[in-house]
Amino acid sequence: MAEHLLRTAPDLVAMAAPSGSAGAFSGPHGPRPRHAFSRRNIFIYGTLALVAVYYLLPLYVMVVTSLKGMPEIRLGNIFSPPVEITFEPWVKAWSQACTGLNCDGLSRGFWNSVRITVPSVFLSIAIASVNGYALANWRFKGSEVFFTILIVGAFIPYQVMLYPIVIVLREIGLYGSLWGLVLVHCIFGMPILTLLFRNYFASLPEELFKAARVDGAGFWTIYLRIMLPMALPIFVVAIILQVTGIWNDFLFGVVYTKPDTYPMTVQLNNIVNAVQGVKEYNVNMAATLLTGLVPLVVYFISGKLFVRGIAAGAVKG
Amino acid sequence: MTPTDAGRPSRLFRNLNAKIASIPMVLTALVIFVGGTAWTVVYSFTNSKLLPRLSFVGTTQYERLWAAPRWHMAVENLAVYGVLSLVFSLAIGFLLAALMDQKIRFEDTFRTIFLYPFALSFIVTGLVWQWLLNPDFGIQQVVRNLGWESFTFDPLYNADIVIYGILIAGLWQGTGLIMCLMLAGLRGIDVEIWKAARVDGIPTWKTYLFIVIPMMRPVFVTTLVIIASGIVKVYDLVVAQTSGGPGIASEVPAKYVYDYMFLAQNLGQGFAASTMMLLSVVIVIVPWAYLEFGRRRRHG
Amino acid sequence: MRYRLLTAAFAAGVAYSAGPVGATDLEVTHWWTSGGEAAAVAELAKAFDATGNKWIDGAIAGSGGTARPIMISRITGGDPMGATQFNHGRQAEELVAAGLMRDLSDLAAKEKWTEIVRPKSLLDSCTLDGKIYCVPVNIHSWQWLWLSNKAFEDAGVAIPKNWDEFVAAAPALEAKGIVPLAVGGQPWQTSGAFDVLLMSVGGTDTFLKVYKDKDAEFAAGPEIAKVFKAADDARKMAKNTNVQDWNQATNMVITGKAGGQIMGDWAQGEFQVAGKVAGKDYSCLPGLGLNATIATGGDAFYFPLLKDAEKSKAQEVLATTLLDPKTQVAFNLKKGSVPVRGDVDLNTANDCMKKGLDILAEGNIIPWTDQLLTQDTQKQKEDLFSEFFANASLTPEDAQKRFVDIIAAAD
Repeated sequence: MAEHLLRTAPDLVAMAAPSGSAGAFSGPHGPRPRHAFSRRNIFIYGTLALVAVYYLLPLYVMVVTSLKGMPEIRLGNIFSPPVEITFEPWVKAWSQACTGLNCDGLSRGFWNSVRITVPSVFLSIAIASVNGYALANWRFKGSEVFFTILIVGAFIPYQVMLYPIVIVLREIGLYGSLWGLVLVHCIFGMPILTLLFRNYFASLPEELFKAARVDGAGFWTIYLRIMLPMALPIFVVAIILQVTGIWNDFLFGVVYTKPDTYPMTVQLNNIVNAVQGVKEYNVNMAATLLTGLVPLVVYFISGKLFVRGIAAGAVKG
Repeated sequence: MTPTDAGRPSRLFRNLNAKIASIPMVLTALVIFVGGTAWTVVYSFTNSKLLPRLSFVGTTQYERLWAAPRWHMAVENLAVYGVLSLVFSLAIGFLLAALMDQKIRFEDTFRTIFLYPFALSFIVTGLVWQWLLNPDFGIQQVVRNLGWESFTFDPLYNADIVIYGILIAGLWQGTGLIMCLMLAGLRGIDVEIWKAARVDGIPTWKTYLFIVIPMMRPVFVTTLVIIASGIVKVYDLVVAQTSGGPGIASEVPAKYVYDYMFLAQNLGQGFAASTMMLLSVVIVIVPWAYLEFGRRRRHG
Repeated sequence: MRYRLLTAAFAAGVAYSAGPVGATDLEVTHWWTSGGEAAAVAELAKAFDATGNKWIDGAIAGSGGTARPIMISRITGGDPMGATQFNHGRQAEELVAAGLMRDLSDLAAKEKWTEIVRPKSLLDSCTLDGKIYCVPVNIHSWQWLWLSNKAFEDAGVAIPKNWDEFVAAAPALEAKGIVPLAVGGQPWQTSGAFDVLLMSVGGTDTFLKVYKDKDAEFAAGPEIAKVFKAADDARKMAKNTNVQDWNQATNMVITGKAGGQIMGDWAQGEFQVAGKVAGKDYSCLPGLGLNATIATGGDAFYFPLLKDAEKSKAQEVLATTLLDPKTQVAFNLKKGSVPVRGDVDLNTANDCMKKGLDILAEGNIIPWTDQLLTQDTQKQKEDLFSEFFANASLTPEDAQKRFVDIIAAAD
């Protein structure tokens, strides 16, 4: 089904194809613009600017609030810039905010998230790329059936499989450990990633594969020597997709880990909700920004590749 | 190797490496997706409490589920949120994409701005909007300070409109993506069409409405499915923004599942609710798949 | 090898060996994250660390409702912590029945828990089939109305002596822009407040008839209608609260933004952290001033069954530490709760705590909902009352009908 999705969305087709990836955004073709200050242009730019304000406002408020002291927040208005800039809330959010007796802020969650994200991204992509390669070039009886199940699985609400996975993890002794969560991310990343790689490898010229076969190269040799080097762009897309997706995960983090291994999102929710006395909105906002920083950085660095990554991720849901 | 040589054992071993490589996929498909789903459905007919146990009670859990006011509220909220989210996402996404497609300057800047919220998690999104919509500090207070004393805008604290407060945050996070998909769709339309429309003197809005949009049907279907399958899973956003409150006014099915499974220690009830979620996804996906695949098959 | 040596060392009675060899890390999970609670739990950690072991704090924020599922899924998921907080009663019932929790009977017999823990009902809640599975650490009672003296002074009315006077004073408070009753948005707060009203306005017998005997017919009757009428008053008084967490609501009382709050004695920890003095800055009415009875619910520590012998030994050390008189006093003073042993010196207790101790001494105690109802029933009640408090169009009559259904289905 999602395979079909990919085919229908032009952008996604561009993503899955080895060439012509720049085609999707090559050129606008609305009617030709007229004068610079025509009523039409004012309308267009005005609307876009207005909408841009709606999108930027929360980010602005987050930044501004995180730089204010609490007295100023209580008095002032959330949109006004800080009278006196303080980085105290950032320091506090990063290394001092408390959940119970643990007053080491978000830093622990950050490192947990790193420790979860890195192996999850690496493993899930390694597995899915081999899967996709096998599905594209080495079909065997039943391979398509499993693939279809996998794709349908992408649409099943996670809640349905929440508890069975607790049992599976318990049986293999990984429950509560970091590796348990890594496994869960590999499982739920598999449908979309396999799909990505399968379509990509299928779109490569078949002659390449056949020539290598004639030379006597086997399954792994062809994968490592020929397919892997050619698939770099799709690997980048997959990495972007997985890094943001796994970093932002909350549900799995809260269900399958323990406080020691809480990822950053869960810790953020904890810190914001573990109120001691009054809510420290400035610290909360700094913590929120810190948590969002990694995906934001990935976003701003990767630019258009990101669009393809998340478009693929959206199919995952 | 001739076909006669390929006896039973060797057929099993043929393509062995590919089969070995596919073991993770096969396990995931069978154990997790098929096995896990079947397991949940089976146990939804039991009276499992804290621990799963196989004592069947027929459809008792479902009867209780559909008698629970909170479940009704959750389903109702999901319907309202779902319909509005679909309509607004598509409308805003398309309008923005159409505006972006007018050979404008700073296209990259605008796209960057519209899309960045999508990089943020629902938890982050929920917390930010909780802050903005806080009646004591947020937008309401700011407008009141400007002199409009009776101004009231506290969706998160008003049971009647709380779901719209969540919708505002959800749209903020998600419309950028829809815009991108729509824009890609618009760019996929042949330039000749625009030229022809212009030659025929058809006004721009008519061209969009009667020519371009029908041509973008596949893109609309794709985005529809993307939005719909996301809506059923709405959970983090509600948890971060309202925790389902005020009262039970912003409860959603996904949260009902979690709460009854883990908080109320009534697994059976949680399983029944998640089975209903599964059913709703099937209802969304199957007709679409049937339409799409059925139609294509007829055309060969 | 090292492992065996250690057990041998323990067996030789050097359980308290303070050297680095004997130090065992024990992860303890709990949901004490507010200011007063964190200060109290620090006392426990300090006492446990002093035995040469190490308390690894596993605080989970966001009230017991968030924390319990995590604790339970870790125990059932085969990754148990060293010890965990629960409200004793039926929360851990199934875990114990499934053989996942450790039987502490031997230790209890050795240290004569049955003689030192008071009132006896506390240990009964820890007992299943004659075996003891948990260590009660405090007595918490839900049945308090906390009042801000400043709020009433500002409004120019006398500090109420009971619920009825409080309701009567509400308009005066509202006229000054003070929220009469602070009720946080978390579901357990609204349902807890109703339970307190049921016991206070309805009386002890009424409470037990509904929650212990699960008498649905009685729950549909006029006695309970009266309680729903009181709950209706409460929600009208609380409608401008706008906070989620209980301690934020308490903070409204501390700062005089709200007149009062129906909350357990743990609220006292918050008053203490804020430097407020009982009797001078705030007042307390046990049983809402109508029925001076308190429940002996509270927190207890359960110990999951572990395979690791060192950790199992450390569990025993922790259990002993928790009941130690010094720990009991230090912990409970910070927590605002009452110690579980009667032989400790509580001269430092404040006015409100002394009121609680007196009621205990008189024996006016009842079991609370944690002991009487399953989590499932509790959750349904929470759903009902969080809706009732937030949705003014749900009439008391309709709410009572739903309440009857819940009681009829309870087991």
